[in-house]
Amino acid sequence: MSDYDNGGAEEGPEIENELLPLDAWHRARGGRMVPFAGYEMPVQYDGIMAEHLWVREHAGLFDVSHMGQLFLSGDGLDAALEALIPADVASVKVNAQKYSLLLADNGGILDDLMFTRWDDGIYMVVNGAVKYDDITHLLDHLPDDVTINHMADAALLALQGPEAVTALARLVPGVEQLVFMTGGRFTWQDIDLWISRSGYTGEDGFEISLDAEHAAAFADALTAEPEVKPIGLGARDSLRLEADLPLYGHDLDTETTPIMAALNFAIGSKRRRTEANFPGAARILEERENGPPLRRVGLVIEGRQPVREGAAVVDASGAEIGTVTSGGFAPSLNAPIAMAYVPPALAEIGTVLQLSQRDKRHSGIVTAMPFIPHRYVRARST
Amino acid sequence: MSRYFTQDHEWIDVTGDVGTVGISDYAQSQLGDIVFVDVPETGKTLAKGDDAAVVESVKAASDVYAPASGTVLEGNAALADTPALVNEEPETNGWFFKITLSDPSELEAMMDETAYAAFIAAL
Repeated sequence: MSDYDNGGAEEGPEIENELLPLDAWHRARGGRMVPFAGYEMPVQYDGIMAEHLWVREHAGLFDVSHMGQLFLSGDGLDAALEALIPADVASVKVNAQKYSLLLADNGGILDDLMFTRWDDGIYMVVNGAVKYDDITHLLDHLPDDVTINHMADAALLALQGPEAVTALARLVPGVEQLVFMTGGRFTWQDIDLWISRSGYTGEDGFEISLDAEHAAAFADALTAEPEVKPIGLGARDSLRLEADLPLYGHDLDTETTPIMAALNFAIGSKRRRTEANFPGAARILEERENGPPLRRVGLVIEGRQPVREGAAVVDASGAEIGTVTSGGFAPSLNAPIAMAYVPPALAEIGTVLQLSQRDKRHSGIVTAMPFIPHRYVRARST
Repeated sequence: MSRYFTQDHEWIDVTGDVGTVGISDYAQSQLGDIVFVDVPETGKTLAKGDDAAVVESVKAASDVYAPASGTVLEGNAALADTPALVNEEPETNGWFFKITLSDPSELEAMMDETAYAAFIAAL
């Protein structure tokens, strides 16, 4: 037997992979290490299915230290950043977190990211696979008054699942006060932590930034809690797929715009749309008004066989009219699901699409995303 | 009955001119949770090395090759409803297909259990 692919774990040719701060920690816990985004990362411990279901029921600890953590500061930062991303940066209050996109001049997506206003600047988390490209882009485009600090000595952990708050609040009292997309500074045994209530699974949970030298001790303390198990990249991928969270380099790239990607909420600021001064604004606003050439949709695949990234969406004559950008077996649905880009006429919920993978036809039904409802803990409206 | 292994981690049990084919315990542990198996249809003629079956884990799809030439006698129907049998009992009830061998001499180049154990230990 032989693998068709290794499921999104990108093996670059002859590239020396970096080691995570928790590399030895993962190996000691039976993590199976694979190359991903230039790092050796744990794809699984007990098994993807069990890990996935554990996160949906309890709490899982993910090491996402491969991601780029940046700190931007300096005079004129808000306006300078608004020239590169479509978010309303100026309105973001201290400790509030926002999702946005680094855009190319033609409106294509260079990366997706999260940013938070700190007292003294903006903290940004970008994708590991493109973080050096992002830094170069920011250096090239931000004015000299703005300083970019790559926090290369910081680890990033994510604790995700309905019991994450119980487990984390035992170690770090006060985190239960945070709501979705807010953060704050905390300490654990005199170690400084930046914690936000956010994640990449669709569940309630937290992302925790701390000095890499303390990451193993904190990971030990978290996994000593009965609710918490370490979770690998494999389950991270199936969890985010069920939760309608696109993965850069697969569902998003320089060929896709925010509207094509169905990330209209990232173009949600009326001021930014009126000013229309973010990269690619003309094309993006035109697509927002009149529809994009292709749109990202969710598919539930008929039968049991997964249809994966690279499969074609075909018309009755067999001609390729769209592409599957992510696909796999969804443990919580007990069915194969996928994300695909299709013409808007075929993007209506309930449309049955024909897919072609390795000379075999499959059917997929366009389904509302997320496939599994989000369970974020949001601010109470008063 | 004799059991042989390929370097691609298929096993074949041979009784008379009928072989039963599956993937090794090592192979299933590398694949992880198996969610789908596509076995060949009865009557299909396979040459040694042909794509014979597809096995899909949560993360990836893999081909299973015919370890020897012959005609498919039956596929394991139980795998359609319970693909996890391949994880749970890979070298017994998780078999993929039975094949009537057309050239039993092809088995001679394959590994026996001891040789296969040494082969995977070196991977």
